[in-house]
Amino acid sequence: MNMNRRQFFKVCSAGLGGSSIALMGFSPNAALAEVRTFKLARATETRNICPYCSVSCGVLIYSTGDKSKNSQSEIIHIEGDPDNPVNRGTLCPKGAGLRDMIQSQNRLKWPEVREAGASEWKKISWNEALDRIAKHMKADRDANFVAQNKDGVTVNRWTTTGFLASSAAQNETGYLTVKMLRALGMTSIDTQARI
Amino acid sequence: MTNHWVDIKNADLIFVMGGNPAEAHPCGFKWAIEAKKNRKAKLVVVDPRFNRTASVADFYAPVRPGSDIAFLGGVINYLLTNDKIHHEYVKAYTNASFLINEGFSLEDGIFTGYNEEKRSYDKANWSYQMGEDGFVKVDQTLQDPRCAFQLLKTHYSRYTPEMVAKVCGTPKEAFLKVCEYIAETAAPDRTMTSLYALGWTEHSVGSQNIRCMAIIQLLLGNMGMAGGGINALRGHANVQGITDFALYAQNLPGYLAVPSDAEPDLKTFLDKKTPKLLRPGQMNFGQNLSKWYVSLHKAWWGDAATKENGFAYDFMPKLAGASDVLSIFDQMYQGKINGFFCQGFNPLASVANKKKVGDALAKLKYMVVIDPLATDTSEFWKPHGEFNEVNPAEIQTEVFRLPTTLFAETTGSFTNSGRVIQWRWKAVEGPGDAKDDTEILAGLFLRLKEMYAKDGGAYAEPIQKLTWAYRIPGKPSPEELMMEYNGKALADVTDPKDPTKVLVKAGDQLPSFAMLRDDGSTTCGNWIYCGVWSQAGNNSARRDNSDPSGLGQTLNWGFAWPVNRRILYNRASADLAGKPWDAKRTVLKWLGDKWGGNDIPDMRPDAAPEQNVMPFIMTGEGVGRLFSLGLMNEGPFPEHYEPFETPLDANPMHPNNPKALSNPAARVYKGDMEAFGKAKDFPYVATTYRLTEHFHYWTKQSRINAIMQPEQFVEIGEELAKEKGIVAGDKVKIRSNRGFIKGVAVVTKRIKALDVDGKKVHTVGIPIHYGFKGATKPGFITNTLTPFVGDANTQTPEYKAFLVNIEKA
Repeated sequence: MNMNRRQFFKVCSAGLGGSSIALMGFSPNAALAEVRTFKLARATETRNICPYCSVSCGVLIYSTGDKSKNSQSEIIHIEGDPDNPVNRGTLCPKGAGLRDMIQSQNRLKWPEVREAGASEWKKISWNEALDRIAKHMKADRDANFVAQNKDGVTVNRWTTTGFLASSAAQNETGYLTVKMLRALGMTSIDTQARI
Repeated sequence: MTNHWVDIKNADLIFVMGGNPAEAHPCGFKWAIEAKKNRKAKLVVVDPRFNRTASVADFYAPVRPGSDIAFLGGVINYLLTNDKIHHEYVKAYTNASFLINEGFSLEDGIFTGYNEEKRSYDKANWSYQMGEDGFVKVDQTLQDPRCAFQLLKTHYSRYTPEMVAKVCGTPKEAFLKVCEYIAETAAPDRTMTSLYALGWTEHSVGSQNIRCMAIIQLLLGNMGMAGGGINALRGHANVQGITDFALYAQNLPGYLAVPSDAEPDLKTFLDKKTPKLLRPGQMNFGQNLSKWYVSLHKAWWGDAATKENGFAYDFMPKLAGASDVLSIFDQMYQGKINGFFCQGFNPLASVANKKKVGDALAKLKYMVVIDPLATDTSEFWKPHGEFNEVNPAEIQTEVFRLPTTLFAETTGSFTNSGRVIQWRWKAVEGPGDAKDDTEILAGLFLRLKEMYAKDGGAYAEPIQKLTWAYRIPGKPSPEELMMEYNGKALADVTDPKDPTKVLVKAGDQLPSFAMLRDDGSTTCGNWIYCGVWSQAGNNSARRDNSDPSGLGQTLNWGFAWPVNRRILYNRASADLAGKPWDAKRTVLKWLGDKWGGNDIPDMRPDAAPEQNVMPFIMTGEGVGRLFSLGLMNEGPFPEHYEPFETPLDANPMHPNNPKALSNPAARVYKGDMEAFGKAKDFPYVATTYRLTEHFHYWTKQSRINAIMQPEQFVEIGEELAKEKGIVAGDKVKIRSNRGFIKGVAVVTKRIKALDVDGKKVHTVGIPIHYGFKGATKPGFITNTLTPFVGDANTQTPEYKAFLVNIEKA
């Protein structure tokens, strides 16, 4: 069956890929070499969930590359997951803008410190950041840990360092956070969920 | 949510008050539209603003911010005086017939046992009358003047339509029309779903707003029904999960109680915290506390948790009193906190009274921000013009900022508002050197563990003994963590009725919390999530969306807690004989030998109807509570109190009792009471709200959202605009007693002045989303204005009703 270029594009834009057209007995000749297929056709599709409100809409994330070792991926498109029984493929104005959030100019890319009294940030390594924070924590915990209350009851708590936990974090992060904080004896813990 | 998002489509009436799902939860609100289209359901909206949910409603009624209890109390009174209740349900499934202690009463707005100095109640008399058999006394005729039903009737008899109009500013006819819609769902085969959000919680009486709806839904027989229930439309995509994992002080994962100083050992703790059976034959499921609690300690401290040491009871820190976000910032303000972590949380913007929060942060020795984005909080010390006027040289806090990955860059699970746990897959790497939160936490923890091993220090045992059997210790994987909190058998778990029968083999993942034991033979990091990763694998990753019931239950999609149950209290969807109240929407029914239907039974599977095991299995009574005993801090029945900043001189319900003006049991810190404004200086009611195009203080960082809603605005009604000579587009300054912000005036017909207690009350609407960091135009933080006082139970700040003045800037 012969087909000109314009007709071929028309079929493609109706959502059919080149291979299925061939299966149907179409065999576009010279036109095939020129066609630019949809970027999404070669993108990697990953199922995820919009992090904004608690409808927790299913999303399909399309990225370049095939996730093979050392390949660089970039998100090129996000849309609602039609299989998800709650959002059934829809997204709201917030969810429809997810790519701009992930690629926000204000994403943090490396650890920084603002020294006491300083007026600017300073880039530091992960090792330096974590070493310094761990030292602060230990010093504060050792100085202020309460093993027993005034009545002699064992209480084993550390109240002088506080932690506000994220509601955007996943369950596994939440679980590891609470497990670690309680083991340290921390009691000044609260979550965004309260407000 | 007691029900779930898709279940909204099964409702006959969708009652939205305290929320605005069309704008804040658009993809979930679709199911309200489905109900309207396919079931001819009605949508009724009560809100201070004629918002976009109201614009598609069948009926809308205005209400003054902070007067919800007066309105809902009026609904309760209407249902009782017009006999629009589901009698059989109320009699059997609620504590209507339970007799209440003679010593309990309400006098001029104050319940018995009040201590004004401590702003709290002695709740001893807020209790049941106990019989000699050890169970609560009941009067099945509901005629005894001391039964909960009669006390409820008396309590709400004061909430007449005239009183509602006076307190709420809602025209009497509009209020009665709303009541008529609600009353129709008292029929056994009709249901109302209640959708609410922060518009109910962000008040000094927030929890009692919701208690009112609990009473209404019990009276109507709508709990447990498809298309019924009380449905909190929550914030973030995993706010439910983070609440379930108890990232706050007062609970442990799965809402377990936390040991306090009054419980020095495990036995005392379990004796005090395990609920007592209050009526014969009830499940009193909370009696299993010991199994859940011991399994948690075994998950965390493994072999170090032995029978001999009370399963390492002393490893768990005891609660140090209040430690909600307001109390933490107050402590910090007083210089009692030295270090502070903000994990994906922007408190400078999101906590009340920005000035106090900023001053508190400046008193810290060190602060650690763990976030994917440059938040306002991380730069509280940095001058940003008039939006953040500070002098860095005077602020000695050492601030660390650690970059984390976002949702698209990690694998793991989120729990939606309908309690459905769903797995997500990582799409790309994070930018630059960003790391997963888990890797950052592990990095800190392993450093501390090593330092304590090397140098010693305060009580290192719980740190050294914490289970950490992750394949890569510095990078615990989400799969390992989910398997851990699901729990496993350490020894064979056998059938209590037949010890030769092995139910779960040693080493296997547990299929359900029914397998948990208190002898140390099981682990479980969060009992309500048990079953999410069974031997069958990761059930949260299941993606079969088939729906044979047609009710939208999709039982093979993800995994709902508890035990994949989609509608809580579903035993109440059937009558005493086990026959569904509405066969067309069967959730559960008695099959002759067991419970079956379209959900996982919220009932012992073999409890025959004649055994009279009642549906509310988590209570010692087995029934829903119209009278809530001592569980709420301000009283067993909700009573109307004014917001802490009220436009009125007195509580119209108690004009001569200044003690009953605002919530008598709400905690107010020194200095904060003085910072409340008075109506003579700040004559307008303000309420904060959210826009469709923005999510909290997050999307201001995203370009497309910033293009759609670029700048702070303030919404005022036409009448107020005229009075103040303000026209649309004018720059205005809004002041409260704590500071000011500026924004562009938007003049609308959506907010009308209301006639309240003979006084004209104007309301100003203020979107919250702006700040000095982000892609939007730099702006003021709305919470500069809000008062530092919270609900008496949850301490959620009163963002929805306070006083301001407004002028042209």
